[in-house]
Amino acid sequence: MSSRDMVILSYRVNPEDFAKAGDASSNTKKVLKKLGIPSDITRRVAIVTYEAEINITIHSNGGEIIVSIDKAKIEIIARDYGPGIPDIDRAMEKGYSTASDHVREMGFGAGMGLPNMKRCSDEFQIESQKGKGTTVTSTIYIHD
Amino acid sequence: MYLYEIRDILDAEVIAGMSRMDREVDFAFGADLMSDVLAFVNERTVLLTGLTNPQVIRTAEMMDIAAIIYVRGKRPDTASLELAEENGMTIMCTPYTLYTTSGILYNAGLKGIDELGVVT
Repeated sequence: MSSRDMVILSYRVNPEDFAKAGDASSNTKKVLKKLGIPSDITRRVAIVTYEAEINITIHSNGGEIIVSIDKAKIEIIARDYGPGIPDIDRAMEKGYSTASDHVREMGFGAGMGLPNMKRCSDEFQIESQKGKGTTVTSTIYIHD
Repeated sequence: MYLYEIRDILDAEVIAGMSRMDREVDFAFGADLMSDVLAFVNERTVLLTGLTNPQVIRTAEMMDIAAIIYVRGKRPDTASLELAEENGMTIMCTPYTLYTTSGILYNAGLKGIDELGVVT
């Protein structure tokens, strides 16, 4: 990739479509591999996109994931159309979850998603507006 | 530990990725909670689980997990198997429970990821 090049991947994520949850992350991971991004960076991006995909699938009315890759960094924007997170501080606590039993039976909803996304990010931002939606922005720098 | 060694000591049946049994793993992690797998696992790890849905394979794919061992006689569904083949993973089924499977592997020298100091 030359310094001016930028690759942008964009995916729509549907609510409660668990059969498709993971497709966006899987595709993103394959693209990063092809671009020759180091494997530890690729794994961190994969974790962030996958946690985001699962979150949008479980909790939201649908949303999208946009991954922008340039020479220096990878930025992941996960945006949904509501219902929004009433208390972000609580949502960021390890172990806090509002997921249903159905979701827990599938192996998710342990309240580790957002903290894990933050752990894997160099920069992490979350904004939420009740009724409107939530946007999570994660930046991961590519080392040489 | 090589995957073929794991197969032998667990009396396991290999149902995907048979041609790739010469891969080596350094750690094992047992969980039915994929959230924990996403938070704790590193590469060269084999996953032990009793959960059989396709999200297990997706999770393993994200974490670069080369092999999954289904415990207590569980078998993944067809969608899971197809996804595993697509991603070059090895899938095994053992009749032993999670606890016994873990004990057998630990006794044979395969360590837990606690020893990497990642679990806090």
